[in-house]
Amino acid sequence: MELQAVLMAAGGGSRMTDLTYNTPKPMLPVGNKPLMWYPLNLLERVGFEEVIVITTREVHKMMSTDPKTKLDIKMKLDVVCIQEDGDMGTADALRHIHQKVKTDILVVSCDLITDVALHEVVDLFRAHNATVAMLMSKAHEFTETVNVPQRDFVGVDQSGKRLLFMANEADLEDGLIVRRSIIRKHPRMHIKTGLVDAHLYCLKKAVVDFLAENKSISSIRGELVPFLVRKQFSKMTSGQKRMDDTETVDQKNDGLTNDDLFFPSRDEALLQLAQERSCWNDHRGDMSEAYHGGKLRCYVHIMDQGLCYRVNTLSAYIEANRMAPKFIEEPAVHPSAVISERFQMGSDSMIGAGCHVADKTSIKRSTIGISTTVKEKVKVTNSIIMHGVTIEEGCNIQGSVICSNAVIGRGADLKYCLVGNGQRIEPEGDTYSNTKKSILLEVSVTFGLV
Amino acid sequence: MQIEGKELTKEEKQRLRKEKKQQKKGKEKKDASLPQVSVAETAAPASQLKAERRARQEAERTSKQSKKGDTGQPATTSKPKIPPNELQPGTQNTWSDHPHHMLYLIKQWLSPEIFFFQIPRRLDYGYKVSLFSHLLQYSRKAPLTQQLSIPSAVIHPAIVRLGLQYSQGIVAGSNARSIALLHAFKQVISDYTTPSNEELSRDLVNKLKPYISFLNQCRPLSASMGNAIKYIKKEISNIPSQFKEDDAKKKLLNCIECFIEEKIVLAAKAIAKSSIEKINDGDVILVYGCSSLVNHILCEAFEKGRKFRVIVVDSRPRLEGREALRRLVQKGISCTYVLISAVSYILPEVSKVFLGAHALLANGYVMSRVGTSQIALVAKAFNVPVLVCCETYKFCERVQTDSFVSNELDDPDDLIVTRKGETQLKDWQQVPRLGLLNLVYDVTPPDFVDLVITDLGMIPCTSVPVVLRVKNVDLL
Repeated sequence: MELQAVLMAAGGGSRMTDLTYNTPKPMLPVGNKPLMWYPLNLLERVGFEEVIVITTREVHKMMSTDPKTKLDIKMKLDVVCIQEDGDMGTADALRHIHQKVKTDILVVSCDLITDVALHEVVDLFRAHNATVAMLMSKAHEFTETVNVPQRDFVGVDQSGKRLLFMANEADLEDGLIVRRSIIRKHPRMHIKTGLVDAHLYCLKKAVVDFLAENKSISSIRGELVPFLVRKQFSKMTSGQKRMDDTETVDQKNDGLTNDDLFFPSRDEALLQLAQERSCWNDHRGDMSEAYHGGKLRCYVHIMDQGLCYRVNTLSAYIEANRMAPKFIEEPAVHPSAVISERFQMGSDSMIGAGCHVADKTSIKRSTIGISTTVKEKVKVTNSIIMHGVTIEEGCNIQGSVICSNAVIGRGADLKYCLVGNGQRIEPEGDTYSNTKKSILLEVSVTFGLV
Repeated sequence: MQIEGKELTKEEKQRLRKEKKQQKKGKEKKDASLPQVSVAETAAPASQLKAERRARQEAERTSKQSKKGDTGQPATTSKPKIPPNELQPGTQNTWSDHPHHMLYLIKQWLSPEIFFFQIPRRLDYGYKVSLFSHLLQYSRKAPLTQQLSIPSAVIHPAIVRLGLQYSQGIVAGSNARSIALLHAFKQVISDYTTPSNEELSRDLVNKLKPYISFLNQCRPLSASMGNAIKYIKKEISNIPSQFKEDDAKKKLLNCIECFIEEKIVLAAKAIAKSSIEKINDGDVILVYGCSSLVNHILCEAFEKGRKFRVIVVDSRPRLEGREALRRLVQKGISCTYVLISAVSYILPEVSKVFLGAHALLANGYVMSRVGTSQIALVAKAFNVPVLVCCETYKFCERVQTDSFVSNELDDPDDLIVTRKGETQLKDWQQVPRLGLLNLVYDVTPPDFVDLVITDLGMIPCTSVPVVLRVKNVDLL
């Protein structure tokens, strides 16, 4: 077996609490399918047959019982439940399933919606015998211009594939420091800031073993990957030599060498023989052999075309809903929905199963969830209506997100609002509108948590 | 009356013979479509018999064709040294249209024995120059892994990795490719488990067939790889059936290690020893491209204390000479670097030419990197001795007198170069009469080669068939 897939579905959705306080993030409907479905669909399309899903008990229950969040996946899902309130980072979760991991793994986050050709990432992992291969994408316009201290600096080499440097601005107090060893080996480095990390990593099994021993690392994205990227260029200790003084200074907390991470593959000597005779080098201009003799290599595939969304903020959620019809092959209108004749629907809209849509409604660029009822003369534009919502007659909903089981009374007029789970909007309600385009949390005093 | 009787008996005899044949065929093929001639039939005239025979032959032919359609390509592409023109580039493999979904469904409702995995066919890329239209041309940007499922279950991961490394050029060079191939096969053999009711000696060979065809699709097999595969297959089929699985596997792994040790590593040492006699102090040696063997020879000679300098000749688009240059300079040998267009300029200084070979053909021709025959030609014109270094495991029984009949076409986009921000050939596919040709190999006639240095000694080019004959006798 070559790769095992691991889906991280235990995240809390800390950047969109308005949506996730009632529904866990993996189960948020995007295009009438739970968010988890997208990465699972990607894995299934590519040919995986089994996935290890790390999630909370609540999500697991919803997966198996709730018909609205039925997953429709033919793969075998091996669900591992962890405590949801524990501070378990992604690396801690990998440590938790260490026993199940038998080969190299492909870690995917549940909030990734993408149509990347996955073989591009995995081919980098295979061909160069890389320790980690990840996926990144050029950011799209909708992502909020990121708050300044959160920028990510990613340094790649000339070919754009080898990852040389990765740091978050928050960790760089004195400015961006690039080690001389990196510059000596790769004199041309491109540093990019506008990239979205898709949180899709191919990791060697040795890395998981390493995580099991080093309990100090708790997040893959925040700690493990930058650590591995840095380790590429730290001084190599060969089998005979032991750590010298410079080493001990470098590795104050780590206490380990490159040898630990470089797990010798079978027939290492033979591989070395083949490498010596091959007339290939990944760089030119200096006297060192391919990969500068380094055994630890990190690669990145940067997508410049195609869709790649991380649904971890509200605006990403809305954008993903808009793009969702492209991923789903099902017809826009579910066959079991009851739709009247005099009804306008735009081409980008989606209507879920079991809906009732009455006459003279107009639905444009919106998603209507499962089992919602839309009465007459309702105009829904640019909105996301989740499951079980009732919209009475004459409403006008624009640019809004209506969470599950809400009831919108007659004649309500909502612009750019977010209606929480199970809320009620009074009939003939005042026009609630947000002047700012972004959707705010609190709308008005009549809403309270039920 | 007597004549009639004779005729009858003759016809009866014919009919009886036919029935016997049919019975035999019936047992072999169990084909119900063959028309059954009943014994009670009256004597039929000869023309009817002929018609029946023709009908039967037609039925057999159609049944054979339908069977061929099932087994498809893996059977034909399993032969290691198929020249590319035997593969049919025109036949479309419908599996390649909907690979994963089809595979997934079919894996579910077919048992593994019936399930013949067909290697998805890599599609041809770009316009091919008409003289080479019988060869396959692939694009590096469209790897074969696009059409396979990602956790490759049907093809062993080591083989997928190897195929990727071949197609991206990470493992290049005849020796490196063979060693990497054997390394991958070692992993395959270690991970192999004999299914029940099967014998290791037969089943393992069948397991290797799709892997070999996969590797062939990634990059056409070299002569050295072909010989290595032949050797392994022979070793596998010679495993006695009473061996336990672990012992058999250990024996096979041992054989592979012996092969590498003898035919590659020790051969290199022997060749280096012979060549050092040919390198004198004060020599100016010309080498072309990056041959692992020639580099090894030069490094050994330098270590033994010979004083010489090297001229490295390089050519686009591969520019492998840079790697050779790096290795030689790292050792401390003083080198000069020129491109192949300057070869006639530099040759008056040269005292010897050392060339590596990809394969040595049975008629004495040397198949090597494209440009080698040019160098040999110019060297001959300048009366400079040309020495070819080649291990015996690269000798192959093929006969070729020109570089057209069988060659390899590399990605034509490699020829495109960007200078000062401008890429002239960016849209070469749109220009109607423009074709980009990126040949990999060419053949050098034996008249230009003065000596071949092998692990069996220093032989003239024309003794290659003798070596092959001796080798074959050994194998038998």
